[in-house]
Amino acid sequence: MAAILLDPLAALGRTVLGGCRSVGDVALFALEGASHLLRPPFYGRRLLRAFVEIAWFSLPVVALTAIFTGMVLALQSYTGFARFNAQSAIASVVVISITRELGPVLAALMVAGRIGASFAAEIGTMRVTDQIDALTTLSTHPMKYLVAPRLLAAVIALPLLVLVADILGVMGGWIIATFKLGFVSEAYLKASFDFLETDDVVSGLVKAAVFGFVIALMGTWCGYRSRGGAEGVGAATTAAVVASSILILALDYVLTEAFFAR
Amino acid sequence: MSGGVPKLRLRGLRKAFGAKQVLDGVDLEVAAGHSLVILGGSGSGKSVTIKCVLGLIEPDAGTIEIDGRDLLRMPRREREAIGDRIGMLFQNGALFDSLPVWENVCFKLLAQKRIDRRRARDKAAEVLAQVGLAASVGDLSPAELSGGMQKRVALARTIAAEPDLIFFDEPTTGLDPIMGAVIDGLIVDCVQRLGATAVSITHDMASARRIGDTAAMLYAGRLVWSGPAASLGQSGNAMVDQFARGEREGPIKMELRR
Ligand SMILES: Nc1ncnc2c1ncn2[C@@H]1O[C@H](COP(=O)(O)OP(=O)(O)O)[C@@H](O)[C@H]1O
Ligand SMILES: [Mg+2]
Repeated sequence: MAAILLDPLAALGRTVLGGCRSVGDVALFALEGASHLLRPPFYGRRLLRAFVEIAWFSLPVVALTAIFTGMVLALQSYTGFARFNAQSAIASVVVISITRELGPVLAALMVAGRIGASFAAEIGTMRVTDQIDALTTLSTHPMKYLVAPRLLAAVIALPLLVLVADILGVMGGWIIATFKLGFVSEAYLKASFDFLETDDVVSGLVKAAVFGFVIALMGTWCGYRSRGGAEGVGAATTAAVVASSILILALDYVLTEAFFAR
Repeated sequence: MSGGVPKLRLRGLRKAFGAKQVLDGVDLEVAAGHSLVILGGSGSGKSVTIKCVLGLIEPDAGTIEIDGRDLLRMPRREREAIGDRIGMLFQNGALFDSLPVWENVCFKLLAQKRIDRRRARDKAAEVLAQVGLAASVGDLSPAELSGGMQKRVALARTIAAEPDLIFFDEPTTGLDPIMGAVIDGLIVDCVQRLGATAVSITHDMASARRIGDTAAMLYAGRLVWSGPAASLGQSGNAMVDQFARGEREGPIKMELRR
């Protein structure tokens, strides 16, 4: 009887301990990666390359996501607000939900799918083909060369992407408002900007920077720790996308609390 | 062995992975300027031995001395400085597939900013010529090369920074016999030109005789024999002779399950 009761408990204990070990390992990994940003040598080319990969090549995906989200928001809120003061209500719903929430979260989720996966796959492949060991034997610290530039690039790139997403999302709402719902273009835009406050945009950009760090961290960590050939790299890739997506949503809640729940 | 401190000396090196004792007290010495080949079956811990020296694996016990100084008991900075003089050719080449060949070859020089990118191309062409490759190969990506060419590029990358201790992990495995002989010849040439000390891992007897001055045999976690590479096959040690002739019957029992 006791054994049956203890067995699941032991399994639970093992899972919790394993989880704690991973959290500790990720934290140390993050600290070490970030510390390399402060110590020379610096690999500017790697930074530029990571930045282009994240910012430039994610632009189409993020742009399309933002435009359609803005359009849907305008349509949906019209259904709710059609009876009273529809124009300013729709403008405010679109601009505030895009800048505070949907811009950062949706952009980050799209980037997590693209970049988290590609970081984990590339670094994981380097691990299982001894390329990371080869870096060490060529007197290059793998954390400094592979991890630090990617972390920094993502922290810079995500806010820029989200800024674009904010603009395009609001534009998507405006397209629906003027061409489908028949509002006056200037009045709709004026209503949008009247409602918008600096805090809305800034909080979204701060979120974006945090999400960028999380995406790059989980991608590089999962890749760096991968084992066991192609299968291990596949598992690392999946883990990177799943972990960073969940962390993005959880941290979004935490950051929203921190910014707005006063 | 000529007087003086050996270039590399291992004493009682031990390493276990879980319950499996891979290295069980390895003792080894290589004099400066000499070439040692380590023989041993697959999974006998040859790669683990040199990964310990390179600092890629921390041994459980033992000492690793280079020029008489113990690597495991010195500050990280000094250890890195010594590591800077060591080169390694990995078993599968381990070329960086995100970089073109010329950047692979000059990787260390570029990373340490010892050379600018324009001069690195010329330098890469020069080193590629030493391993018998045309300068135009420099613009290809590693994935576009055949196995033999990848080995040559990996060799070029290893020697470009002119190390004075070089490890070769199964340099001819997976190549046809002629290409194997070519790579062996290049290794001997490069090591002699640099005046370097070489430690090579192989289970190819012809290759061992070509690149080694001395040979040593790793079995069950220890070095069980060492002697002149030329004597392989008639060494008088039953294990070595069995291994050299590739016989099924003898003192060495292959573990099929572990
Ligand atoms: N990082 C590691 N973790 C666990 N086991 C390892 C690791 N590296 C090597 N081993 C094990 O050690 C043994 C020796 O490996 P290795 O030195 O690569 O053999 P070889 O002599 O063929 O080069 C193998 O059984 C391998 O499974
Ligand atoms: Mg090996």
